[in-house]
Amino acid sequence: MTDVADAFKHGKAFIPFVTAGDPDLETTKKLVEAMVAAGADLIELGIPFSDPIAEGPVIQAADVRALSNHVTLDEIFAMVKTIELPRPVPLVMMTYVNPVFVYGAEKFTKKAKECGICGLIVPDEPYEEKAELQPACRKAGLKLVSMIAPTSGGRIRMIAGEAEGFVYCVSSLGVTGVRTSFSNNLPDVVTAIKQATKIPVAVGFGVSTPEQARAIAKFADGVIVGSAIVKLVAAHGRDSVPYVSDYVKSMKDAVRSED
Amino acid sequence: MTNPEGRFGIYGGQYVTETLMNALIELEAAYKKYKNDPQFVAELNDLYKNYAGRPSLLYYAANMTEDLGGAKIYLKREDLNHTGAHKINNVLGQCLLAKRMGKTRVIAETGAGQHGVATATVAALMGLKCEIFMGEKDMERQALNVYRMKLLGADVRCVKSGTGTLKDAVNETMREWTNRIADTHYVLGSVMGPHPFPTLVRDFQSVIGKEVRQQMMAKEGRLPDYLIACVGGGSNAIGLFYDFVKDEQVKLIGCEAAGEGVDTPRTAATIATGTVGIFHGMKSYFCQNKDGQIAPVYSISAGLDYPGIGPEHALLHDIGRAQYVPITDEEAVNAFEYLSRKEGIIPAIESAHAVAYAMKLAPTLPKDKIVVVNLSGRGDKDVAAIARYRGVDLHD
Ligand SMILES: Cc1ncc(COP(=O)(O)O)c(C=O)c1O
Repeated sequence: MTDVADAFKHGKAFIPFVTAGDPDLETTKKLVEAMVAAGADLIELGIPFSDPIAEGPVIQAADVRALSNHVTLDEIFAMVKTIELPRPVPLVMMTYVNPVFVYGAEKFTKKAKECGICGLIVPDEPYEEKAELQPACRKAGLKLVSMIAPTSGGRIRMIAGEAEGFVYCVSSLGVTGVRTSFSNNLPDVVTAIKQATKIPVAVGFGVSTPEQARAIAKFADGVIVGSAIVKLVAAHGRDSVPYVSDYVKSMKDAVRSED
Repeated sequence: MTNPEGRFGIYGGQYVTETLMNALIELEAAYKKYKNDPQFVAELNDLYKNYAGRPSLLYYAANMTEDLGGAKIYLKREDLNHTGAHKINNVLGQCLLAKRMGKTRVIAETGAGQHGVATATVAALMGLKCEIFMGEKDMERQALNVYRMKLLGADVRCVKSGTGTLKDAVNETMREWTNRIADTHYVLGSVMGPHPFPTLVRDFQSVIGKEVRQQMMAKEGRLPDYLIACVGGGSNAIGLFYDFVKDEQVKLIGCEAAGEGVDTPRTAATIATGTVGIFHGMKSYFCQNKDGQIAPVYSISAGLDYPGIGPEHALLHDIGRAQYVPITDEEAVNAFEYLSRKEGIIPAIESAHAVAYAMKLAPTLPKDKIVVVNLSGRGDKDVAAIARYRGVDLHD
């Protein structure tokens, strides 16, 4: 069975994000399959939320597009079940805590596991509130991915010490969205995380170009890209698959060069 | 793991991104350090008295009492505070704290504009840079307050996402805080959001209830029977209630905005129509669907047009200590006009929701009962919107 850790077994990992249901679930399924075919090592599937507080305008707009079609959690689970990957690659869901809590943490995690998801990333559930979802994730066999930010400072050891799967290191202050530079202390934060845990560290928020990905892959185990892909989906809609596929290929080549 | 001080029963908590956690921890530490610091307390009390104009009056509404023919009605005149609402109580406390923490910039969300105006005012007083986030729709219906904020030197940032109302303004202010933490304090405007905000805002607002107790003892020699306040996030309500929670004989009533009615989707009555969820940093009741998507709520009152309620109110509701009742737009507008004519006091449309419930309750009570209504703000800002509601366009 695929596990989150598998993503890091073939050298530096490239981790793309797409919002489920943007512009529709059929396209999401095709995008996931094509991104894996293009070399993605782990897929982050975003559950659209009405009020995505960690998101910049690009992913906010994707959530609006998905929700304007009234996509539901049950429909997303059903779509995930039908995904046919060309090779086994772990899938994780990125969701705000409320959809999981309201659906029922046990029910949500059980369903997610059944349809092939192996982890959850929940940006508004910090270390202090892990008890909200951790027990259900354990029971279902899902990894609950921990996030660490440039402001984490003295919290790094505590968070990384208990982290599982991989550590999601946030590149910069602020929300998601394409940016031109990252927090000055990013390499130091990654080093501090690596001193506290043996599990891989992937960096996300703001990464868009192969040059940026290559620079980050020098000191991190993986690179996560969201907004840059969602922008392609926004521009090309149902026809976005080849564009996203080419982009993922170029990004995977960039991180691979740092193996 | 969860911080027990940040919980009200199961409600509250700190559901925020990791980026903000140290900022909340720093705020909690500063608050603990200063809340009982004699110099901090003396400075705040001095500002309350000499800048905000506290204590606010407890006014016996004789005409209203006589007209309704039941319980005696008192109005707690928070509308007479500087800037025209209770919001200044909290803002003075938070900005004083921000200064102590070495912050040079404050940001805030606003719905009706009252919290934004209070924040812009105190920022001007204390020499802090100030940015206010306000929903596009609210900027339209509270245009007067937008201009007031600009006049006071604040930047007003228009929030176009979602429904362009209070919820979206909170989202955007949180995003901005994540973006710039080192020099910036987020002056949250109600008893909501992540710990320590619900506690800190409640403590700064609890001056309302403490004054009512003293004033009531002086006027009537006893405690009131009913306390009534409108509830958006719930800060003026908890400010009135808090000192009386232990006095079980005093009934606490929060008035939610029902909009066009709790049986329609055009409502913002969280307790009446919501379910338990986790949003804006807290576990509480929210208007939402079965997938946990937050509902686009509606009320004529921009200050009550919010899909959640503070976590302490969620607990007071669950244990039955406070009762929450829905008041429609129509009832609130009628109360707005009624109080204007009967007492010569134009209430904020938010506060008019509390007045409306008093108008229903008082006639059912004997004359020896005492009701206190929190007049959380004044209604100048609402005059144009109420005229529009009545089909009068003041602009042409
Ligand atoms: C006059 C007035 N009353 C009440 C409220 C609602 O807030 P809260 O429930 O926190 O008192 C507002 C908010 O803008 C307001 O301006």
